Amino acid sequence: MKTFDKLFLLAASLFLAPVAALAQQAAPAIPAAQSAPAANAAQGTAAGPANAIGAGAQAAPATPAAQSPFPAAKPVPGIGQPDGRAHLQPQFTPIGIEAAWFHDWILTPVVFAISALVLVLLLAAVVLFRRGRHPVPSRTTHNTTLEIVWTLLPVLILVAIAVPSIRLLAHQYDPPKADLTVKVTGNQWYWTYSYPDNGGFEVVSNMLSDDQAKKSGEPRLLGVDERMVVPSGAVVKLIVTSSDVIHSFGVPAFWVKMDAVPGRLNETWFQVKRTGVYYGQCYELCGARHGFMPIAVEVVTPAQFAAWVASKGGNMPGAAKPTGPDSTAGSPVSNPQSVPVTTAPGGGTSATPAPNVSPGTAAPPATNQSQAQSSRGI
Amino acid sequence: MTDTIANNLHFEAHAHDHHDAGHVPGFFTRWFLSTNHKDIGTLYLIFAIVAGIIGGTISGLMRTELMYPGIQHLQHWAHTANMDEARHFWNVLVTAHGLIMVFFMVMPAMIGGFGNWFVPLMIGAPDMAFPRMNNISFWLLVPAFLLLLGSTQFSGGTGNGAGTGWTLYAPLSTSGSPGPAVDMVIFSLHLAGASSILGAINFITTIFNMRAPGMTLHKMPLFVWSILVTVFLLLLALPVLAGAITMLLTDRNFNTHFFDAQGGGDPLLFQHLFWFFGHPEVYIMILPGFGMISQVIATFSRKPVFGYLGMAYAMVAIGVIGFVVWAHHMFTVGLDVNTKMYFTAATMVIAVPTGIKIFSWIATMWGGSLSFETPMLWALGFIFMFTVGGVTGVVLANAGVDTIFQDTYYVVAHFHYVLSLGAVFSLFAGFYYWFPKMSGRMYNETLGQIHFWLFFIGVNVLFFPMHFLGMNGMQRRVPDYADAFAGWNKVASIGFFIVAASMAFFFVNLVWSLFAGRKAPDNPWGEGATTLEWTLSSPPPFHQFSTLPRID
Repeated sequence: MKTFDKLFLLAASLFLAPVAALAQQAAPAIPAAQSAPAANAAQGTAAGPANAIGAGAQAAPATPAAQSPFPAAKPVPGIGQPDGRAHLQPQFTPIGIEAAWFHDWILTPVVFAISALVLVLLLAAVVLFRRGRHPVPSRTTHNTTLEIVWTLLPVLILVAIAVPSIRLLAHQYDPPKADLTVKVTGNQWYWTYSYPDNGGFEVVSNMLSDDQAKKSGEPRLLGVDERMVVPSGAVVKLIVTSSDVIHSFGVPAFWVKMDAVPGRLNETWFQVKRTGVYYGQCYELCGARHGFMPIAVEVVTPAQFAAWVASKGGNMPGAAKPTGPDSTAGSPVSNPQSVPVTTAPGGGTSATPAPNVSPGTAAPPATNQSQAQSSRGI
Repeated sequence: MTDTIANNLHFEAHAHDHHDAGHVPGFFTRWFLSTNHKDIGTLYLIFAIVAGIIGGTISGLMRTELMYPGIQHLQHWAHTANMDEARHFWNVLVTAHGLIMVFFMVMPAMIGGFGNWFVPLMIGAPDMAFPRMNNISFWLLVPAFLLLLGSTQFSGGTGNGAGTGWTLYAPLSTSGSPGPAVDMVIFSLHLAGASSILGAINFITTIFNMRAPGMTLHKMPLFVWSILVTVFLLLLALPVLAGAITMLLTDRNFNTHFFDAQGGGDPLLFQHLFWFFGHPEVYIMILPGFGMISQVIATFSRKPVFGYLGMAYAMVAIGVIGFVVWAHHMFTVGLDVNTKMYFTAATMVIAVPTGIKIFSWIATMWGGSLSFETPMLWALGFIFMFTVGGVTGVVLANAGVDTIFQDTYYVVAHFHYVLSLGAVFSLFAGFYYWFPKMSGRMYNETLGQIHFWLFFIGVNVLFFPMHFLGMNGMQRRVPDYADAFAGWNKVASIGFFIVAASMAFFFVNLVWSLFAGRKAPDNPWGEGATTLEWTLSSPPPFHQFSTLPRID
């Protein structure tokens, strides 16, 4: 239990501390986490270095919140967040628009039509053949034509559904050339976002408390202290992994959901033109605070993005090598956290539609690393 | 098919009644050392009702907490001031609800309860093939259940109890949950699995070897067919679960790394193994329901089942295809595109035999002479609600669409429509249908109908809004939610209280009928009830068919 108390304190300090104090808060906490008994190493080390990196990366800019080069986008009701409607959230990616169309105009009508057909047939049978009206039952037990029809008709309906369904899948797995790669790491219970194209700095994203959310006008349980920031119009490639248990990175307005599996680097992508903030959540049971590690993605103009990157101590591709700390510093080799998936935009892996950058588990990251290094240097 | 059986078979059951009734053993021997399939069936049903009360109470706790945004009750229930322990307690509730309802309510009721009671009666057998093994099948469930309930009192990581979800995904269930709770859950599933495997062997042997002379496979009642397919699924699927959770156990305790990426393992291996069991498991939970619904529909339509062979082989097809669709539970884990395309297509194929069954039930009613006693109401409700759950399954089968629905309340709505409104409706249909046969007394029709209508309204109010919550993005297994979800959550919670009220009518009816119900005739349902159990007295003699019936 000692480890857990420490972890709890560590997480709580991250959870409560203002961003400005994060570096000072987390730094003394690292030895505590690392001195935890090795028995629970899987947890202890996973959480420890993850925070260390986050703290290290953020140590360079003094107060990100104060230094933020643009005012944080205000959430708009009904956009990028749930609003209680009995329907999908409005979609903002090409995939989301195609998928929502498929859902609304093909699947939903089929669902209602089949349910209505069964209901009407049932009610008709109940009315027509109730005992009072139809006292002598027929003895019909076979009708080959009928049986063939109700076998083949569903087959045809399913084929009709399968065509747009398979097309949607193919589109999901055929991303355009990526403009930006963001590595998303799930942790118990917060997200970290690192930007390998921009010097590898990392952003630690914790949920705001109810009071903080209220104060800053964020929706409760969705607002975070540090949003993931991406430029509008850019094809954003996400490399999703985890440092401890399985999480799932999901943003409903983008039609994006990808499990964060320790030891795996899953790939997905999105492209959003409209600037603003979009919320998501962790979608895989990951322990006590599963419901309390939200995601907020802020889409900004490319100029704002460049300014934001600079404020984090990173640089834009093509500029000089970053001076900021390397994201691999200080983390154990075996930790998936440490694998730099620094594929440059358009580099090696983005041409592969498969989401699994590493089809295997433990060994492949090494291959990936070399691949990433070979394709680095735009 | 089967209706030809009964007419010439009103044979000397009553004569044997007197002969055999004298051999009823004493209380302890009869109920604790039982080798009688009917008594063991009764034990299973009592067990399932107790487990159902516990599992249902847990749903009540969850719906109470979810009724309003914010965490109101968890700390109080978990006796802790620590918010993380309270949140962990939520996960314990979720886990316990799932495991109890699957392994200790639906399966024991369907297979252990109704299967034990009526498979031997329907095939004209004196008992199960292995009566003592039958007994241990039941008694393994009791310690299994106690282990599961006991696990809530031991550490499971952040707080007491296993908070892994019924899916037990590694690494949350390995490195993420230190403490004995998860080990106890694993042992619990080992015992429950062993119980089911032994039961499956017993049923297979019974059905293949102990059918009365003349009862060919193609003359068996559809309920027996459904149990036959189900137990084959059990026999093939459960060992995979047993292997997977044993690997969990060694990962947790003996430093193996089957599911640990840091040691060369793969967390997704567990998911593949689990769902290779888990998907057949959902058919294990619904197939006996299909069988019961077929009996009930035919009985109250006073007409043989339409397309008997198609119905039987549709179940076989569902069972076979059910083994090759498992990864549709894993569409977001990072499968490659071809895998997703295959599992999308294979999953949709299941809709075809399911459609055959739905349409055949309607065709059975078509041209019949329908009466609407309580079992028939449940069967009609089943057909429609299972259709609704089935078509949302077709939506979810599309991997591209599942991207947004995976692990949301849409999935929760879907599987509660096929389970809570499918499997449970069929359980109630079977219970009311066979209650007179099992107890020898009629249930109260008025109370039964009130139970049905309240339950029907309640579950729809409870589960239909969950589609909306899921479409809007609410994730599963959370004790608190963004304020936008408040409206539909409140509606859902109100639905639960309607269901709870309906269950009061069920229990009043149950107790009242057991003690004061009208004496049931041998066959209370008239000419539509043609299977062998209706040729016997109500309740049947302690040992039946000492002279085997002959089926023409």
